[in-house]
Amino acid sequence: MSIFDHKLKEIQSMIEKKEVSVPDLVDESFKRIAAVDGDVKAFITLDEENARKKAEVAQSSGKASILSGIPIGVKDNIVTKGIRTTAASQILHNFDPIYDATVVNKLREAGTITIGKLNMDEFAMGSSTENSSFQKTRNPWNLDHVPGGSSGGSAASVAAGEVPFSLGSDTGGSIRQPASFCGVVGMKPTYGRVSRFGLIAFASSLDQIGPITRNVEDNAHLLEAIVGVDPQDTTSANVPGEHFAASLTGDIKGLRIAVPKEYLGEGVTEEVKQSVLAALKVLEGLGATWEEVSLPHSKYGVATYYLLASSEASSNLARFDGIRYGYRAEGAENLIDLYKKTRAEGFGDEVKRRIMLGTFALSSGYYDAYYKKAQQVRTLIKKDFEDVLENYDVIIGPTTPTPAFKIGEIIDDPLTMYANDILTIPVNLAGVPGISVPCGFAENGLPLGLQIIGHHFDEKTVYRVAHAYEQATDFHKEKPEL
Amino acid sequence: MQFETVIGLEVHVELKTNSKIFSSAPAHFGAEPNTNTTVIDLGYPGVLPVMNEKAVEYAMKAAMAINCDIAEESIWDRKNYFYPDNPKAYQVSQNDKPIGEHGWVEIEVNGETKRIGITRLHLEEDAGKLTHAGKHSLCDYNRQGTPLVEIVSEPDIRSPEEAYAFLEKLKAIIQYTEVSDCKMEEGSLRCDANISIRPFGQEEFGTRTELKNLNSFNFVRKGLEYEEKRQAEVVSSGGKVEQETRRFDESTGKTILMRVKEGSDDYRYFPEPDLLPVYIDDEWKERVRSSIPELPDARKKRYMEELGLPAHDAKVLTMSKEIADFFEATVEAGAAAKQASNWLMGEVPAYLNAESKELAETKLTPANLAGMIKLLEEGTISSKIAKTVFKEIIENGGDAEAIVKEKGLVQISDESALLKFVNDALDANPQSIADFKEGKKKAIGFLVGQIMKASKGQANPQAINKLLAEEIQKR
Repeated sequence: MSIFDHKLKEIQSMIEKKEVSVPDLVDESFKRIAAVDGDVKAFITLDEENARKKAEVAQSSGKASILSGIPIGVKDNIVTKGIRTTAASQILHNFDPIYDATVVNKLREAGTITIGKLNMDEFAMGSSTENSSFQKTRNPWNLDHVPGGSSGGSAASVAAGEVPFSLGSDTGGSIRQPASFCGVVGMKPTYGRVSRFGLIAFASSLDQIGPITRNVEDNAHLLEAIVGVDPQDTTSANVPGEHFAASLTGDIKGLRIAVPKEYLGEGVTEEVKQSVLAALKVLEGLGATWEEVSLPHSKYGVATYYLLASSEASSNLARFDGIRYGYRAEGAENLIDLYKKTRAEGFGDEVKRRIMLGTFALSSGYYDAYYKKAQQVRTLIKKDFEDVLENYDVIIGPTTPTPAFKIGEIIDDPLTMYANDILTIPVNLAGVPGISVPCGFAENGLPLGLQIIGHHFDEKTVYRVAHAYEQATDFHKEKPEL
Repeated sequence: MQFETVIGLEVHVELKTNSKIFSSAPAHFGAEPNTNTTVIDLGYPGVLPVMNEKAVEYAMKAAMAINCDIAEESIWDRKNYFYPDNPKAYQVSQNDKPIGEHGWVEIEVNGETKRIGITRLHLEEDAGKLTHAGKHSLCDYNRQGTPLVEIVSEPDIRSPEEAYAFLEKLKAIIQYTEVSDCKMEEGSLRCDANISIRPFGQEEFGTRTELKNLNSFNFVRKGLEYEEKRQAEVVSSGGKVEQETRRFDESTGKTILMRVKEGSDDYRYFPEPDLLPVYIDDEWKERVRSSIPELPDARKKRYMEELGLPAHDAKVLTMSKEIADFFEATVEAGAAAKQASNWLMGEVPAYLNAESKELAETKLTPANLAGMIKLLEEGTISSKIAKTVFKEIIENGGDAEAIVKEKGLVQISDESALLKFVNDALDANPQSIADFKEGKKKAIGFLVGQIMKASKGQANPQAINKLLAEEIQKR
């Protein structure tokens, strides 16, 4: 049994009792990475020398928080001062940030030790991590399968026991879907809960950073450490910080659950559906009730998302022009040529596809029919959630319609790939929090995830339900054999 | 064929906030390249803008001063285009909901007043600056993120003369609000002009051209004068004016084709998702409104009505808040209004022009100017001596009365003292006496000159004239 199989609380008490030291934990991480990352390929960059130094310092300076001295992996679209940050793109292959993201500053205050940077789909665009410019991360449960994406490295590294937890980012499901595929816990907080300063923007109105962990309790601890209004991000919300971990009472008696019929409908496989129904039975057994509801506009979620996210991305990614940092093409004849060559050589296919889609949607003559219409539909989707949540505490459904697919299986079929996010995308469009927790295994042995969605800024209830369910089941205790 | 000229102006004014509109970097002119920058100004990955509330207040102030309606909700938009001076490849600007709309500025041309409509005033970030050095181009991002307001006029302007008057008035108003220095030479005020012509009586506008590189109000006027002639010649010779951008060439006074516009540029504007809308409530509006000082037109009226200045004086003095403030302080310090006005419209600008200085760079103060004017009014010094005293106080400062005493510059009006000068001059110049008696009146002038010289300019000229006339008769 690995030390990382323990909960944070247990690890901290072991440190206190001197059964384990911070350098031991960091050593455990690098040993495990050395043993399995050749197969899993979760990390793009390792920061071993610094991490070991920090471990020594942390050991002598003592405990700052429950996260003190715990190794963490950070998705490679979160900027880290002095640690190369690429967003898994050729265009940033040599980018060494001179500043830290707000979440990285918060982690430093909490005392975590950054082990390295995690693989992802280039600029977080993708659902399989196959769009990384550098390597394909593999699912620790079955190396022929994808880990999901875009935070595939973040989920795979935790599932593989390389780090006890990691940070990911979620624009349309990029934390929850890989968490589901890899059998770990992934939380996308309410939009505005966590500062986006230092998160390399994909779609600014949808992006949120969130934690990926082995269990719900650790997840709550990690989120507590990174939330809060940030003067450097005016879209971060001024809501009081909360003790999410303290709300894990195990008591969900009287909880009212809404189950959207669209979430168990077309495209959702039978075994996924059965796992969710079984989960609802467990929750009923704990004193909750559930009813079927409808989110009538959720069927427009994928189309709406790909218009809005791509529009924002086309503008957000325009700064990668070869002028000030990052990749610059050789042999350009003039300015326009430099732009064209740099961006043609620096971006991968999926990124180019979305830049073109977004540029088109914002173009004069098309703006009203695409971007503006999509904004209007977004309002309707948001209202769907508000209407349902007026009468229920949480919404529950599957995280993904299928378990992890095979590497290469649908990479050439973008529309099928996009449809994989059909159940996670509406949550981002509505801005509400959503978590994925393990809820069983498919026949082929791959994990399945249960999605629990809450009210704006009510991560507390989401965590309470997720924790109660986790306590009543054993799925989270299963580990992949590597 | 006679044509009517139609002109609309787009004026960019940099706001002099301490820090930039979306970052904490200083927003000052003239620093070493790329020193006034943060990762936000450089458009690094992951950075986010934070709005400078002062910039919004300054924009509101400017908008109110030109009579705009202020938006209750103003929205930031991204204007997307690639250029190396534009580090994010989008400029944060305002498209649909600017800070101010529907304003006006009153101008006066050939004694007639006219209202020029203001379509809108919006707030945006300035871009960096490129310098081209041989095969290379250098980027300086110091200016990137400096708050900028763009003021767009209605096509209400009918002549280059009106355009000039509009710019002068707009500059004066903005300077009064103290939100910008409005210095064209430092780029804190820039102007593009749209111009078209149409036969008199025709309602629809002709095809317009846009003029760029207009680096002074004079060049705006010259460029427009050239362009209205050029367009008239094109149309008169059976041609058609093309929609194009033209650059004013300072050395030849001509406009040169830069590029033809095929349709309009597509900037793919969309709401900036990194910034919240700006909500402006009545309380905020009133707070800003109450900070707007008395504006040029109101001051002009007051100078005429309360201080009795002629309209011309009142207009010239109020063109610049600095001069108007100086004028008022001088009057307050005891100078007669018309005298103060004469100096501030005459000797003071003449000195500043000759020395290429700003008023604030000199030692002239309202107190020492008023002191000098008082001495002149009382007859303590002659106007000739006054010029000497003026040069002393504007260059070295100090109290006029003390200088006059110390240097012995007091005017001599005492008859017995003057009589000596007069008789000495007559003794020394018998020829002049003879000339005078032969009817050559000029001889008197020569004698006065000799006396002024001998008295080092201190002799009272009126008294001298009187004494000379008397004494010469005795000879």
